[in-house]
Amino acid sequence: MTEALPEFTLDRPETIDQAVTAMAKRPSSRFLAGGTDLIVNMRRGLVDTDCLIDLTGISELQQLSDGKSGLTIGAGVTLREICEHRDIRRSYGAIGEACDAIAGPGHRSVATVGGNLCLDTRCMYYNQSHWWRKANDFCLKYKGDTCHVAPTGKRCRAAFSGDLAPALMVHGAEVEIAGPDGRRRMPLADLYHEDGANHLGLKSGEFIVAVHVPPGDTQRMVRSAYAKVRIRGAIDFPLAGVAVACTRLASGEVRITSALTGTNSRPFLIEGFDPIGLDQDPDAAFTNLAKLVQKQVSPQRTSTIGSHYRRLAVSALTQRLAKRLTLELE
Amino acid sequence: MKQIIALRINGAVCEDAVSDSLLLIDYLREVRHLTGAKMGCDGGECGACTVLVDGHPRPACITLAASCNGREIETIEGQVSNGRLSALQRAFHENLGTQCGYCTPGMIMAAEGLLRRSPTPSDREIRTALGGNLCRCTGYVKIIKSIRAAAGAQL
Repeated sequence: MTEALPEFTLDRPETIDQAVTAMAKRPSSRFLAGGTDLIVNMRRGLVDTDCLIDLTGISELQQLSDGKSGLTIGAGVTLREICEHRDIRRSYGAIGEACDAIAGPGHRSVATVGGNLCLDTRCMYYNQSHWWRKANDFCLKYKGDTCHVAPTGKRCRAAFSGDLAPALMVHGAEVEIAGPDGRRRMPLADLYHEDGANHLGLKSGEFIVAVHVPPGDTQRMVRSAYAKVRIRGAIDFPLAGVAVACTRLASGEVRITSALTGTNSRPFLIEGFDPIGLDQDPDAAFTNLAKLVQKQVSPQRTSTIGSHYRRLAVSALTQRLAKRLTLELE
Repeated sequence: MKQIIALRINGAVCEDAVSDSLLLIDYLREVRHLTGAKMGCDGGECGACTVLVDGHPRPACITLAASCNGREIETIEGQVSNGRLSALQRAFHENLGTQCGYCTPGMIMAAEGLLRRSPTPSDREIRTALGGNLCRCTGYVKIIKSIRAAAGAQL
């Protein structure tokens, strides 16, 4: 059973500066966007705060533009808006498909891009009621000193479970961040750490303002897609998810970029896969890619579904998507 | 802390002082006495609490009432008009889309949101729209049949 929502104050700033100031005044506050993750975690007693700073009234966070300089998505844009945006779907297939795959239609109406990128990590020993966690002596991520997934380890293994991050990463997205020291930009891939208890590289008082994606290619030189495995066909977070982008280079070679989620404490890009040459057997290359994924991914027993299955599933999904997208490039 | 919210519920303007931490489902049921929307899983997973906010389905159990200030809320109670069931309500009744009934208000509101966007949805669209709503009785077949029938009735 879920606990009642604790008492808190709701602050509703109208500008980014007001939000930064509000956080500086009460550093124990938490930023709130759609609330589809944070409110649930608060009801489970996983969030200590007496003040929420609601970012949904800030108009700058609602910007959404797709032009020659690329795609800019404000952090407050809802997932439904992305799902329904034809230009994004045409030029950035993986981003549209990832948004389709998040939660259910009701959540997508309110859940935001920034919220999904800042999703808390998940684990079957963490996403439980207070009563359940207390009976299990809590865990390393919150109030405990042992990781029940890897008891001899020194860090939390909870899995990052956002679907959107890998899709943005394969398109080379950068995040724009606002905070007490002003604005900064960084590659999205650098935002995350491999530590389930501290996976976000945001400094105190910072929040994501927007995501910037380089121009999509409408001449069918880049194709991308997203796929995930989960138990229920909707709502569920990914047991493993993968985004793949295939690019036809000027030399005729095909570059394949893939990024994973749901398996580690951070979403990450698969490294070390060379472009497929014109004289190369593509099937052998896809098999190599699958092996590379199996080597770099490290799912832990953070869900009831075994880690070995998730390793094999994400590797097979990557191979399948890469094959399909390469064919679409022809 | 409390704040005054003004919103429209099923067409009627409502103004109430609510706690910042009050959930929309509790506001509707306990303050406005609209008990049609049900508390099911209590965590945004089952859809029994689905209502329309500005025409889009949303789980009321993970929505703050204060965040709905100035918005238009529609619940199952607002589906009846002048003593007549809506096309969806009638179709659920005639096609046995309801068994125990606990999930039905959420199912109908999710379907209502769909039919407004897509008046003649495919089965795939119906299944996608109901992805966030669980039913433990019907097996979904008759629910989908009901929505298909309601879509036909609205043509």
